[in-house]
Order: sequence, then structure tokens, then C-alpha cells
Amino acid sequence: MAVGLTLIFGVMRVVNFAHGDMMVWGMYLAFVLSTRAGIDPYVSFVVCAAALFVLGVAVQRGLVDRILAAPHEMQILLMLGVALVLENTALLAFGPEPARVRSPLARLTWDVGPLYVDVARLVTFGLAIVLTLALSLFLFHTERGRLIRAAADNPYGAMVIGTDVRRVYATAFGIGAACVGAAGALVSPILPFQPPTGLSLSVTSFNIVIIGGMGSLLGAFIGGLLVSVAESLGAVFLRPSLKELFSFSLLILILLLRPAGLFGRRAS
Amino acid sequence: MLELRDVDAAYGDIRVLSGVTLAVGTGEIVALLGPNGSGKTTLLTSIAGLLRPRGGTIRWEGEDLATVPAHLVVERGLALVPEGRRLFGGMTVEDNLELGAFAPRARRHRAEGFARVYALFPDLRERRRQLVRSLSGGQQQMVAVGRALMTNPRLLMLDEPSLGIAPRLVVSIFAALAEINRAGVGVFLVEQNVQAALTLAHRAYLLESGRIAGQGRAADLLHDPHVRRAYLGPLAVRT
Repeated sequence: MAVGLTLIFGVMRVVNFAHGDMMVWGMYLAFVLSTRAGIDPYVSFVVCAAALFVLGVAVQRGLVDRILAAPHEMQILLMLGVALVLENTALLAFGPEPARVRSPLARLTWDVGPLYVDVARLVTFGLAIVLTLALSLFLFHTERGRLIRAAADNPYGAMVIGTDVRRVYATAFGIGAACVGAAGALVSPILPFQPPTGLSLSVTSFNIVIIGGMGSLLGAFIGGLLVSVAESLGAVFLRPSLKELFSFSLLILILLLRPAGLFGRRAS
Repeated sequence: MLELRDVDAAYGDIRVLSGVTLAVGTGEIVALLGPNGSGKTTLLTSIAGLLRPRGGTIRWEGEDLATVPAHLVVERGLALVPEGRRLFGGMTVEDNLELGAFAPRARRHRAEGFARVYALFPDLRERRRQLVRSLSGGQQQMVAVGRALMTNPRLLMLDEPSLGIAPRLVVSIFAALAEINRAGVGVFLVEQNVQAALTLAHRAYLLESGRIAGQGRAADLLHDPHVRRAYLGPLAVRT
């Protein structure tokens, strides 16, 4: 999820405040596919990614494109607006009750010596690694990926060599949204959700992206691990309700010691 | 063949070009000279489709470019080496060059393109795995010219290629431009280095405050008293 956010920011310098709400839409889509069509979320995440890709492209083409040159506060207003619209349409469509997707995998655990391993979490973790690797392969070893990196590096330079930069941006936003759609589907059996969940998910992923370094894929991935470990430890050693204390302390620590984030490049 | 007729251009309310008419023939080297702020860069960005002129027409091989989006102008064989180079600094020399040949028409000629660029600038072959950010200004300018060549252009437009570059490298870049032109590629050169530009070019135009203030054969302009006084400084008048 954080990987998607960092991609969008890295390429377009737009902070996607609707990220968490897009994720909630991924979750509800997995929910509908599971309850209506009986498709397991570990299969339907592909559909959710595709659907969110389309949503991402539409948001970029229809809205973000118009304000890329505008001052930053315009972008913030726009993206918060998109977030509100997404959250409230989810509320209208699905109601305020918490939902959870059932998957047979979520009921399995393995005993490994003294440990219990939750199979659903393991599969989610594995797929997250696979998706992050696939994305970095795409960005670093395919032509279209290189073009996205080039447009992020120097948009004017990309235009001069005949790139349709608007199209590259739409692809990048689409892929960012697809990541979060897949992430939503994959955590839907683990995490109960309701429409307002989006905000806290956005906050968590900003936290991760800032810790890892804005615009760095590896940073987003490592940041995600750090934040979740910090929160789990916090939940075990203090109280579950205090777990955010740990992740935000981590954020403050990183901001003090390495303002650009663990893997971020210092702004020149 | 590139033809501009009565081109007007403006940023908001500020008029930059008024009634510019000029032509660059097939395989010709034409220089555009003028002081800072005279509208030279605006003229090039208008031709490249990055800025839409307010009036007049820009024709390339008979086609009006008014409705052609910037990314398709490159497909038609017009390449721009922009001011400040605008390279992809975080990527290698090779990646930068390869991206130049991204468009479908150039892709077919990618292998030839690499051979051509490395023959012109042997330095770049040795440094092909280095990040562009780590190169000197002159080397970066070579990458910028190389990247534009990779688009397989019929007209190469350059915006101040000598700006901020060691004189020795300016010489080799200008030699490369002559070489590129011998292969039949037209060159449209915007320069402040008037001496070097007029030595290389066949013809030149003078742009002052957004208007064409003069034109002629480069050799004649090099000896023209007005040009020498205005562009080469007072010392040049006596020689």
C-alpha cells in the first residue's frame, strides 16, 4: 500500500490523500466478490487491483491533470475532496457496520515449534513481497517502467524526447492505485473495516512513506515492516490501544535523525 | 524544411515574439542569434510544440504543426536539445540515450543510433554505465545531443549548447554538429557564442526584442559592422 503511495508521490509530486479510501474500496470490492460470487480475496485481489487501476487513471486524467501546475495547497484540497467523496460513497453503498471478508485461509494456523503462524498473514506478506518485486522489475527493467522513472526525473526532458507525459502520469497513478487495491483485498480477511477506516489507513501509510523516504520503493517496503513491528511490539508490551504511540515515536525519531527518511534522497 | 510565418507568442500578457518569419532548409545549418530575453528559447519551444503560438503558422515539410501535440512533433523528425539539457540525472548514460529512441519511429533505428552517438562522442561509450548526474557539464551536453540524435531527427534544434561548458568541449560539440550535418540532418542553432555559431552555420537570423532584426549568410554577418558591434563587443570592430 505504501509502495503505491510512494510511486504516485515519486512520479508526480502529488500527495494522494485519498490513498486509504482507495484501499477501503479495494476491501469492499473483495467483500462483494466474496459474498456475492464466492471468490476468495486471495484470488480476487487481481480483480481489485484492475478496478482500482481504472479508478486511478480516471482520477488522474479527470482531476489531478488539471492542477499539476497549481500550488501545493490546491493539490491537498483536491485530494482531500476525492477522499471525502470516496469515503461517503462507500458509506452510502455499504453502510457504517464493520465488515470482514471470510476466507478459509484466515482460519488456518500452523504450529512451528513454540510459535503460531497465521497462514492468512503469511500469504499476505508473501504476496506483498512478490508484488513489490514485480513493481520494481517493471520500473527498472522494462521500457515503460524506465519511461515512468524518466518522467519522474525530468518531465520536461521526457517531453522533449517525445513522451506523452500525461499518459505516463495516468499509468503511474493507475499502478499506484492498483497496488493499494490489491493491498486492500489482501488484508480484508485479516482486518475488519468500515468506510471511515480509510483515514487511519492513509495516516499509517504516510507514516510508512515518510519513515522509508518519500519516493523510494524499497523505503516504503522496509518502512512498512518497521511500522508494523513497532506497532505489534507496542501492543504486546503496553496496551493494544497504545500501539500507535510506538509507530509515531519512530516517525519523530526518524524525522529528527534523518529528515529525508531511511532511503530518501536529500532534496537538493 | 521548416517554415515560420508571422509567428506571435506570449506568456500570459507578456508578448515575447511578434511576427517572426524564418525558414530552415533541408540539410541546412541555420543559427539564431540574439541577446538574452530576445525570445530565442520561446521560438524553439514553440516549434517543438511545448508552447502554442498566439498567431502565425509553423510548417514542417508542408504540414501545419498547430494541432500536433508535442510528443508527436518528435515523431515527425524534429528534435530539441533544450536549454539546461534536461537529462535524466539519476539514470545512466546508456539509459538516457535509449530513452531518446523510445518513440516507434526511432526504435527501429536504435542500434544505428547508439553506433552513431558513440562514434561522435567516444567519451560516452566509456562512461555509458555512469549516472548522468556524475558527468561534467560538457559531457552532459554530449549526452543531451546524443539523446536527441537517438530520436533519428531530420532537423536538430539546439538551445545554447555552449552555455557553461569548457571551451575545449565546445569545440568538440561544434565539430560533432558539423559531422551530424554532413549526414544530411538539418541544424537549427540558438547561440550566444556568436563567433562559434557563425563559423559553423550557413545562414543566420538576428532576433531582437522578439522581432527578426536581420538575416544573411553567416560569412557575411561575421564581417558585418553592426553584428560585430552588437554581438562581438567593441574590440571586435577594429579587427
